[in-house]
Amino acid sequence: MRLRHVLLAAIVAALSGCSSDEDETSIVLTGSSTIAPLASELGKRFEALHPRVRVDVQTGGSSRGIADARSELADLGMASRALYEDEHDLKAYTIAYDGVGIIVHRDNPVRKLTDKQISGIYTGEIANWNEVGGRDAPITVVNKAEGRSTLELFLEYFTLESSDIEADVVIGDNEQGIKTVAGNPDSIGYVSIGTAEYDAGQGVPIKLLPLSGVDASTANVRNGTFPLSRPLNLVKKTRPQGWVRRFVDFARSPAARNIVTSQFFVPIAQ
Amino acid sequence: MLIWVLRVCATLSGAIIILILAFLVLESLPALRHAGLAGFFTDASWHPTENLFNLLPMLWGTVLAMTGAVLIATPLGILSAVFCHYYAPPVIARQYRRLIELLAGIPSVVYGFWGLVVLVPLIGRLHPPGPSLLAGVIILAIMILPTIALMADAALANVPVQYLRGAHALGLSRWATVRGVVFPAARSGLYTGVILGAGRAVGETMAVLMVCGNVVQMPVSLFDPVRTLTANIALEMAYALGDHRSALFVSGLVLMALILVLVAAAERFAQNHIHV
Repeated sequence: MRLRHVLLAAIVAALSGCSSDEDETSIVLTGSSTIAPLASELGKRFEALHPRVRVDVQTGGSSRGIADARSELADLGMASRALYEDEHDLKAYTIAYDGVGIIVHRDNPVRKLTDKQISGIYTGEIANWNEVGGRDAPITVVNKAEGRSTLELFLEYFTLESSDIEADVVIGDNEQGIKTVAGNPDSIGYVSIGTAEYDAGQGVPIKLLPLSGVDASTANVRNGTFPLSRPLNLVKKTRPQGWVRRFVDFARSPAARNIVTSQFFVPIAQ
Repeated sequence: MLIWVLRVCATLSGAIIILILAFLVLESLPALRHAGLAGFFTDASWHPTENLFNLLPMLWGTVLAMTGAVLIATPLGILSAVFCHYYAPPVIARQYRRLIELLAGIPSVVYGFWGLVVLVPLIGRLHPPGPSLLAGVIILAIMILPTIALMADAALANVPVQYLRGAHALGLSRWATVRGVVFPAARSGLYTGVILGAGRAVGETMAVLMVCGNVVQMPVSLFDPVRTLTANIALEMAYALGDHRSALFVSGLVLMALILVLVAAAERFAQNHIHV
């Protein structure tokens, strides 16, 4: 009998010992797989700054992020799009922008393409550059591998299905896409604007084509005029408090800038 | 005491293989259950986000790239070993062997990078787009050449010297000795080298990913881009979720099956130790 009491007391003491340690918290983020790698990098840096905080990132798509934020299953939802009309009960905090630019070789005489021409090229209806004002050469279509967020955004903008695309080359990451286009004067591809702008500035022979008359630049992605782009949002039902607020503030601070650019996203204006 | 150390080591190495296999099967199960094993060979195409999982074009891509590379690298590798052993002056032979050993040590991504910036644009000028089965075959051939050459070298070194003396006493020419005595005697070693090279070609990922174009299709010509099973996993794993992810593990399983066939073949040849 006495032994049992002692045990019980020990357990109670142990449990209260855990809960009294108030600084030991975890922040749970769920949602978009586009934001997840960025969020977990931000989380790592945040954990290094605040050793008592754990940042837990789970994927499942933007819709799960919205749903979990609404039901408060997660501390923060991740949504790689702007909020819809019926979602304004939630608060969105943009931590970065994702922009996709169409690239061709620098020596390609084509200066611009309409949206219809681009989707024509990617579905195989347009197979030669001379059909869109270029020289007489077959077009090499460079596409992204299935599951990549750039592919997703590209398909959504041009309202295409993945199976509609007739590709000549399929690439993985942005750098491989840029190297492929730089090595083939008759190719066309699409990559994250941040990477393309940086590489073009470093003398890699590629150029970004404007879309609907708007230049593809990180500046235009940031000010929202470039059409093939989207905000990366952290969403929450109520105004964030405590550690969650500090995490959101950190993600939007100048300190997070280099993490954002290292993931090929465009940082928000400071 | 020693026997127990040995037992533990053996059990550990065995257990790792079994665990990997079990893990592969376990991770493949969701996709196998939803699409069925047949789906991976009869679906219309590979569009995993639209639940179409046909792996056949990629299996062909892997097999064709491997076959092409083996066809080029085998004669080169074996004949260079013959040169080294029976024709070259000892000084040159030693330097030459060093070079081949160096070639074997170059990381595959270096070959891939070279292929991407030199070979692919070159093929592109010849016959656009450039990234193609041909580029993959050439890169793989260069990569497995040292494996085959070194294995052939070792096999030739193992030919009993009495055989050579006998052939010499019969007044056979050097080439006749090589063809009629050395090759049959070293046969199993030569085969093993070729199969090891083939295994390396099947498993290669980075270099192939960089030069092959990775379009999922049945190639009709050498200039068509192809995707191999290894490239498929490397390309899509980073963002794959649910059944898509599971389907990539099925790619891995098919790859394992292919390697199993190669190992079984190697085993068979290794048993044939008959010196004709």
